[in-house]
Amino acid sequence: GGGGWSVSALAESCVGQAVLPGDLLLLPAGEDSEQLRLGGGAAVRGRLLCGPGLRRCPAGLLVTKCGLLRHRAAGSAGGAYWVDSQQRRYVPVKGDHVIGIVTAKAGDVFRVDVGGSEQAALSYLAFEGATKRNRPNVQVGDLIYGQFLVANKDMEPEMVCIDSSGRSSGMGIIGQDGFLFKVSLGLIRKLLAPKCEIIQELSQLYPFELVLGMNGRIWVKAKTVQQTLIIVNILEACEYMTPEQRKQALAKLSGN
Amino acid sequence: EAEGCCLRPFSCEQGLLSRPDGSAAFVQGDTSVLAGLYGPAEVRGSRELPDRAALEVLLRPKVGLPGVGDRSREQLLRQTCDAVLLGGLHPRTGITLVLQVLSDAGSAPQLLSCCLNAACLGLLDAGLPLCSLFCGVSCALGPQGGIILDPTSRQEQ
Repeated sequence: GGGGWSVSALAESCVGQAVLPGDLLLLPAGEDSEQLRLGGGAAVRGRLLCGPGLRRCPAGLLVTKCGLLRHRAAGSAGGAYWVDSQQRRYVPVKGDHVIGIVTAKAGDVFRVDVGGSEQAALSYLAFEGATKRNRPNVQVGDLIYGQFLVANKDMEPEMVCIDSSGRSSGMGIIGQDGFLFKVSLGLIRKLLAPKCEIIQELSQLYPFELVLGMNGRIWVKAKTVQQTLIIVNILEACEYMTPEQRKQALAKLSGN
Repeated sequence: EAEGCCLRPFSCEQGLLSRPDGSAAFVQGDTSVLAGLYGPAEVRGSRELPDRAALEVLLRPKVGLPGVGDRSREQLLRQTCDAVLLGGLHPRTGITLVLQVLSDAGSAPQLLSCCLNAACLGLLDAGLPLCSLFCGVSCALGPQGGIILDPTSRQEQ
């Protein structure tokens, strides 16, 4: 055990390269987050955001996960650094939209399995149009698409199926049939990127309904069981296929 | 001694198991160990720690049941992993590390260093937050007092 030999480098020079836990990223002097100067003429130094995979330490940023270092230079908000890492296990984060499975009904609260270390709590009033008299029809084993209202390391996660204005905006109980499967979190982020090629190509193959949960769960429903399973297999294989292999596979399928 | 300062070729593979959240296989000479990591997951009430993750290490030898030597290796691995893991980010959860010895050259230090390397790679593959990395290298004192790194079984004798 004991201390380690680690790499210290300027943060800007490491952007786009692989970093390992224990690497120390030095920030240029003067960009400390405490120094916010208000007022018209003076240049406003924004706060530097420390994203997933990084921790603040006195000397700079300490890398805690292995992956590629990314940087986004937003105009007035300073910059943000984070590490693009790959993992299979989900850790609840506030605001994430996830697919959960109802495991128990305990009085006024449903227990939902979201794939994390604890089960999330979902109140029966957290659905659109739900009142004490008009309860939602949720059974054990149903699939729920909702977002986290409370999710931190100290408290039990809480889910809701309405947004801040009280509308459901696509959340709620996911209908019957369809197929639920699990993929890695990196693939979900790739699929959720705007103008994702995979989804565009698949939609030209068959029409289907798709729900993506940030906890690695995907729900698919197409017209027939066979079409559903084909889409499931392609999405699972997308993780390791190059774009050319994917186009070949889809061309073979649409030819059939 | 020049020939004592180089390691034998070693290889590793990550993400080879589909069930665990992280997995790694490390092969060094004739010794190879497969590590599987589960976590942060639910933990039984008695093992739950209020401020950090509870780490459990299980080492399975190639044949037979785990003995005293395996238990002491499990302790050492647990202390090493506890030192680098940022357990405070996942309180009241459990992290389980299962190591399976696939082939054993019969040398205890080599097995321990192989287990340490497999554990570190498994932690990386699972994406758990670490404050640094660790590794294991076995070494022996030569007859003239020099240090030989990664000795073969013959050299050990």
